[in-house]
Order: sequence, then structure tokens, then C-alpha cells
Amino acid sequence: MSEPLLIDKSKKGRKAYCFPALDLPRGFEQALPDIPASMLRVKAARLPEVAELDVVRHFTKLSTQSFGVDNGCYPLGSCTMKYNPKLGELIAQLPAFTTIHPLQDLSTAQGSLSIMYNLLEDLSSITGMSWGSLQPCAGAHGEYTGLKMIRAYFMKKGETKRTKVLVPISAHGTNPASAAMNGFDVVTIASDREGLVDMDDLASKLDDSVAALMLTNPNTLGLFEKNILKISSMVHASGGLLYYDGANLNAIMGMATPGDMGFDVLHLNLHKTFSTPHGGGGPGSGPVMVNDILRPFLPKPDIELTDGGYAYSWDRPDSIGKVSMFWGNFLVLLRAYVYVLRMGSEGIRAASSHAVLNANYLKSRLEKHFDIPYGTKVMHEFVISCESLKKEYGITAQDIAKGLIDEGYHPPTMYFPSLVPEALMLEPTESESIETLDAFADTLIAILERAKEDPLYLKGAPYTTPVGRLDEVKAVKEPDLRY
Amino acid sequence: MVYPYIPHTDEDRRRMLEAIGVSSIEELYSSLTEDLLLSDSVPISHGRTEDEVLRMITAIAQRNSTGIPFLGCGCYDHLVPSTVQTLASLPSFVTAYTPYQAEMSQGLLQVIYEFQSMICEITGMDISNASLYDGANAAAEAATIMISHKRKSSAVLVSSTIHPFTLQVLNTWALGTGHEIRLIPERQGVTDLKKLDDLLQEEVAGLIVQTPNRYGLLEDFSGIADTLHAKGCLLAISSDLLSLAMQKSPAEWGADIAVGDTQALGLPLAFGGPSCGYMAVSTALMRKIPGRIVGATVDKQGRRGYTLTLQAREQHIKREKASSNVCSNQALAALMTTIHLSSLGWGGMVEAAKQSYVKAHYLAYHLAQLPGMTLVWDVPFWCEFPLVFSDAKKMRKFLQELRNEGIFAGVRLSGLTRQVKDELVLLVAVTEKRSREELELYLAAARRVMK
Repeated sequence: MSEPLLIDKSKKGRKAYCFPALDLPRGFEQALPDIPASMLRVKAARLPEVAELDVVRHFTKLSTQSFGVDNGCYPLGSCTMKYNPKLGELIAQLPAFTTIHPLQDLSTAQGSLSIMYNLLEDLSSITGMSWGSLQPCAGAHGEYTGLKMIRAYFMKKGETKRTKVLVPISAHGTNPASAAMNGFDVVTIASDREGLVDMDDLASKLDDSVAALMLTNPNTLGLFEKNILKISSMVHASGGLLYYDGANLNAIMGMATPGDMGFDVLHLNLHKTFSTPHGGGGPGSGPVMVNDILRPFLPKPDIELTDGGYAYSWDRPDSIGKVSMFWGNFLVLLRAYVYVLRMGSEGIRAASSHAVLNANYLKSRLEKHFDIPYGTKVMHEFVISCESLKKEYGITAQDIAKGLIDEGYHPPTMYFPSLVPEALMLEPTESESIETLDAFADTLIAILERAKEDPLYLKGAPYTTPVGRLDEVKAVKEPDLRY
Repeated sequence: MVYPYIPHTDEDRRRMLEAIGVSSIEELYSSLTEDLLLSDSVPISHGRTEDEVLRMITAIAQRNSTGIPFLGCGCYDHLVPSTVQTLASLPSFVTAYTPYQAEMSQGLLQVIYEFQSMICEITGMDISNASLYDGANAAAEAATIMISHKRKSSAVLVSSTIHPFTLQVLNTWALGTGHEIRLIPERQGVTDLKKLDDLLQEEVAGLIVQTPNRYGLLEDFSGIADTLHAKGCLLAISSDLLSLAMQKSPAEWGADIAVGDTQALGLPLAFGGPSCGYMAVSTALMRKIPGRIVGATVDKQGRRGYTLTLQAREQHIKREKASSNVCSNQALAALMTTIHLSSLGWGGMVEAAKQSYVKAHYLAYHLAQLPGMTLVWDVPFWCEFPLVFSDAKKMRKFLQELRNEGIFAGVRLSGLTRQVKDELVLLVAVTEKRSREELELYLAAARRVMK
């Protein structure tokens, strides 16, 4: 059953919230200066007029038509949909954090600053980098910030001819988009037969016009770029820098560091690797971490520990400046810090190693039934191709995905990376038990078997949801974007 | 140690390794060369139990102290209905990803559709996206739209009265891209729009202004939309969303782009984040607006449903040719604003805006009677005003003594701009949440210090 728009339940005069009466001395309102009529609003906005229970039932109903990690298995590749500990939610609601103003005197915000400072220290240790900034609000925002720093670094060195950023074909779409936003020309690097960076292609494109190579490691096929040390020495020898997309850090936390691999700058996705909830598409947090070379270019202000406590340092002449209104998504940072405290050094290592164990186990359960074109052993995720199914039975990756919805699972990432035709990308994360993985694998195999017998059935899936597959073309051609 | 977030028993691990065909988890890392594998654990502390973490965090939290906040500058302490936090904590909202699978995400998609609708209603614009990181980043995205809208343009005009941090984010945006941020000077606390004509050079793509501006003052944008449009330029107006219950909407000023924060509508102070940026545009800019957009359509049976749409603008389709790199936005914060607005209605929004206005003027009126501090400009303001002190020592004493009484008296503008000229300016914000008692407490303390 669909839920009407709340505006359609509106009834004039109904209220869901009351303000206290204005209790200023009588007559003061009359004494107010006039704002010129030309500056006042004329038209009222149409907002719902409903009772409090209407609001509660409306959003509660809508929440039942939404699916999160708390509802079930969510193997959405490259998104690391691991469990979001409830302790983080509890702590993020403490008034001692939620009622702190970003511009109150810093002597009264030492608790919040201490959390940010200590989180930065721990993230530096985990990534093998020198320091970082917590300002970026999401992964793509971190990429933007990191590339801006690379830009500033080469401007400072006078190497203005370095206008290119190299991006592997398997990279996340945000990588080339972030490079373009910083005015770089994007050059795509091919993948070799194993699904790794094509070393010859890389060598042929590395010259003094290249500012950086962006790399996700393990890459989006779930494969560790085993030539990484060679790659980083090649990039550095040509005078370029190496950018690490931290979207897939959940494979290697505590096992290896991007710093040791030779990366100069990276971003993290705290809403992936560090277990903060995705919130239906944010707020996330995308800290940038750097080595000593790029440290002077970090956004400002930096946080310092001084004799008088934690303080902001603004006097940083090479800084790229601010990238956010204030200091970053603090309540997300707080949750990530709680996660790090809870897990500790052994725990984060266990998280990554079990994420890899789960991915390989799930792959072992599926590989007899599905085509998995890249990788014998994988890291935290792997990619199925439904190309042969499409040829033989007309079943697409999307059909399989929609079939999973009826069985109570969130589908894997579809049609990415583009390297794999009819791709389904699975990342089970360390949160899932062997029983859940077995049940998921059995379900996926059963969907496949039924589809071979009766492909039309799967074409009509999902059947259990409030709506079936939607007319996307109509949505674009006749945009209906508001009430 | 057993980690409660990792369900594996020894027996599970044994069975799984056997099925994979390896003898240890370490073997799965064989593609990492020896020199990459860490021999020691990373130098962070050992794990802690829930109780240990809670105790530790509680101790850290005690190093924060709260006061009665008369602080604003882009982040305000308004009343928030209890529905907001409770409903926004529902786990199916909190733990969901971006609603890529529309059929199982109708609830979340409808929330975003309602959010977009409300943003359009309040700004008066045609099309809203699903949110951006914050108001400063929304202004930077507006600059990107302007540059791509006008051929061969390279500069964006920005008023000197825009929030200092928004200006800093815009300067970062321009750094190293060949784009330029050019400032329009201010006069008497507002944008000196008489200078606009001279500044509208060929390479200028548009103008970004803000009201209430960095001083809390309301700006008059009469006529500027026409001036800009005549030169092929766009107008973006940045506003605190709540202020639009009182002052003219961006659409009523003729703006092409409306941006800002929704923080005043349902979001906690939270040391400044998460906030929620909004952006709404005119229909002509539909293909240029960045970020997620939800649209309504139908399924095969003709049932109405919601889906992410107009995705040909976005990074996962267009890669380097996308209108922006934005992927994750501030969805849960947008949900909070949607619940807040659903609870308040237009009447509640007007009430909050009006009470903030009246209370701010009450405090300002009485403070202006005191020696050593003045309200310099005769320009209308809404809920925040600039108090200018006659000397810096007195100002420090004022802030310190009020803080001792549990009052956070205002924000020093020079703390944001780092400029000497702003050293004597204190920005005082008053919302509907400040009680009469709190206002009198402020006034009594002020009278004592400034006598």
C-alpha cells in the first residue's frame, strides 16, 4: 500500500507543534522598526497542516518502505554496508555534543576538539599517513579536497603543465568527476587481462604532464593491485603523485597501509569502513589524509594540541582553504571514533580479515553457478557477470537483483564496474554470519534455477514491494519532481 | 577477544576456510607482498567494551561546556519538535544506503520528494535537489552552474557581505581551476549594488549574494536580476531557509538559483555538522543542477512510485563530464528538516521567524542604550545583529563576564574573517527559543559590564 503525500492529508488549522507565547513587555511589538514592504515575502508556502500523530504515522509508514542494514543482508559492492553499532547512535545523541555551537569559545569545546584530534591520530596510524583534515563531508568531497591539494602543490612548485589525472577504467565515477571539477584533464588507464592496472598502458601515459594517478586498492573488482610498489615508484619517478580512493579500505585495515604502498594522499569513507550509518545517502564523512609532502596544503584550520589545550591553527599560508562551512560532519566523526575505540588495533584487523573471509566464502558458494570473470582469490568483494545468462536465457543482472528483493535481500551493486558486462558486485562485509551467507547463496542459486525454467517470472519481479519496476523513461521525459 | 560486530566462531572460520580451500585467512592476502603486510598491529589502543567506551566518552564530554547560546553565523539554536529526532532515528532510515533500488526504497524516496517539494515551496523556485553538504558547498555548486551556463565565462561575482566561511569555500573552489571569485564591495553593511554595472564584465558568469548577510542584515536586491539577465548572467541568493518565512523569497527577487542551509529547521548545533545544504533552481537549469533528484512516475500497473531521476547529469553515468562529483549528500539531515517542516507547517515557520525577529530586536534595542556598544548601520535585520564595541579590551571583558554567567554572548566576527577591521564586531543571534528570562539575564549582565 502506498502512503499519500503528507500535504494531501493537510487540514487548515491543524497543528503538530505549538510555540510558547511571546512574553515580551506589552507594546514592544508595536515599537518595532518597519521592514520595507518591498523586502517582505508575499506568497505563503504550501506546507502540511496536520496533527502530531499524523506526522508520526506518516514517517513511520515511510520507514517501513525503506530497507537498511538493520533490516537484512545488504551486499552492495563498494558501499561496505556493515553493521552500524548502536553505541554510536546513543553517544551521538548526548546533549554534551549536540548542543555545542561551532563558534563558541574553544575553551568550552575541548571535548569535541579532543575527539577530532584523537580520531585524526588514529586514522593517521591506520592509514600510515602523517595527518589529515576532517572537513570533507563525503567520499567525493574528500576526493575533491585531495585533488585540490595536488593542484596547489604543483602550483607552488611552478609545475603548471601537470594538467592530467590518470584514472583506471574500473575506478568509481566520482574519481574522474572530482578530477574534472579541479580543472584536470582525465586520462583513462586500461585494465589488463587479470583486471589490474595495465602496466604498459600506464607507462605509456606517464610523463611530465601528469599530476596524479588515482587508484582504489583493492580495486572495484575486489583485486589487490599487486604491482602497487612498482606503480608508485613509476608515478613518483615521473614527478607525479599517487591518490588513494579509500572506498575499499575495509579489505586491508590493520593488515597493510596506503602509506606503505606509496600513496601521497587519500580519503576515507567513515560511513563505509568505520561503520557510521549511511542515513539513506548521507551524511557521511570523507577525511583526507596526507604524507609530509602535502601536509602544508591541508584545508584550514588545522587542529593542534597546545599548552592551553586543543586549538585551531589558521596561519597556514599554503593551505587550500576551507572546504566546508564549519569543521566537518562532527556527529559522524564522533560515531567513527566510538567505533575505533571499541574495535582497537586487533579489532580493526579482525574486521578487515573477516570481510575478506566472507567475500571469499560467498564466492566459493557461488562460483559453480555464476560466471566470476576476475580473480581466483579476492579481497572484500567480487563481481559476477550475468552476460552468459543474458545470452542463453535473456536474464539480466537487473532481473536477478529484482528477484533478490522479493526474498528480503538488498541486491548487489548493478552494472558496475563497466569492465564486466551485466555486472553484479557483491560485498558481504564482516558483519554477516556463515548462516546468512549460506542462506543468501542458496537464494541466489534458487533464483537462477527458477529463472532458467521460467524467465518471464523473474522479468516481473519484484512482486512483494509497494510498486513494481518503475517507468524510468517517463520519469525523465515528464519530470514530476515536487508536489 | 570476541568482537560483537563480527559473528564468526572458530568453527565457522574453519568451515569457511575449508570451503575456500585455504588454510588460513592470511593466505587470502597472498597478493600483498611481504614488505606491505604489517608485522605489528597498528599503533592505536586496544579494543574496549561498550561500558568502557561510554565511560571514556562521557569523561571527554565533560570537557565541553554549554551556555545559553546567543550564537549564530550560520548555525542557530531553534526549537525542535520531539518528532524530529525520534522519527529520524528509525533504523530503516538510518541504516539504508542511497535508494538505488527504488521498489524497496519507496519510503526514503518519498521523503526526498517531499523535501524537494518543501524547498521549492519555501524558496519559490521550480526544482530542488535531494540536498548538498552545506550552504557553503551549495554556493560553490552554484558558481559551477554559472560558469557552465555562460559561454567563455571565467569569473563569478560575490558580495563582500556573504558569510566569511562561504567566501573561503568559494575561494577554494576557484583555486587552480582558472576560475575567479571577484568581490563586490559593501557599503553600510550591505552589498554596494551601485558597483554592479561596472563589475559586469564579459567574463562574469553571475552573482552570488546572501540575505540575511554576514552581519545578519537583510539585503534589498531590487532590480538586480534584470541587470544580470540582460548580460546573460545568473543570480544566486543564499539564505537561511527559515528567514524566508519573513523576507522575500529568492524567486520573488528573480533569482535563478537559491542556496543555503536548512540547519535552522530541525538540526542540532552539533559543533556545526551535519548540516544540510539546499539548492533549488529555475526550470531552465534543470539539466545543470548537481546531485540526486527524485521524481514520481508509474510502474507497469500504473501505480505511482518514486525513483532517482535525471541521472544523466551525475558522476556514476557521466564520469568526468558530470555536472558535479557529488554522490553521498546529507539525506538523513534532509529527513530531519522534512519532519520539522511537516510538524511546524507554514504557520509554525512564520511564528518561529517572527518570534526570532521580535526577540532579537528587543535585545538589540536595549543593548543599544548602553555605553561602549552601538548598532552601527540603520539597515533592517532579522534574528542576528552586529554590535560594535568602542574598544577591544571592553569587548573581551564583556564576553568573559557573560560566559562566567553561563551566557555565550555572541560570535566575534574577526574570529571568522581574521581581519583587524572586524575586531570590534560582535554578532549576536536571538531565536524564538530564548526565553524572556534569558534575554533579561543577558541584559542585566551587559548593564553590569558596560556601565
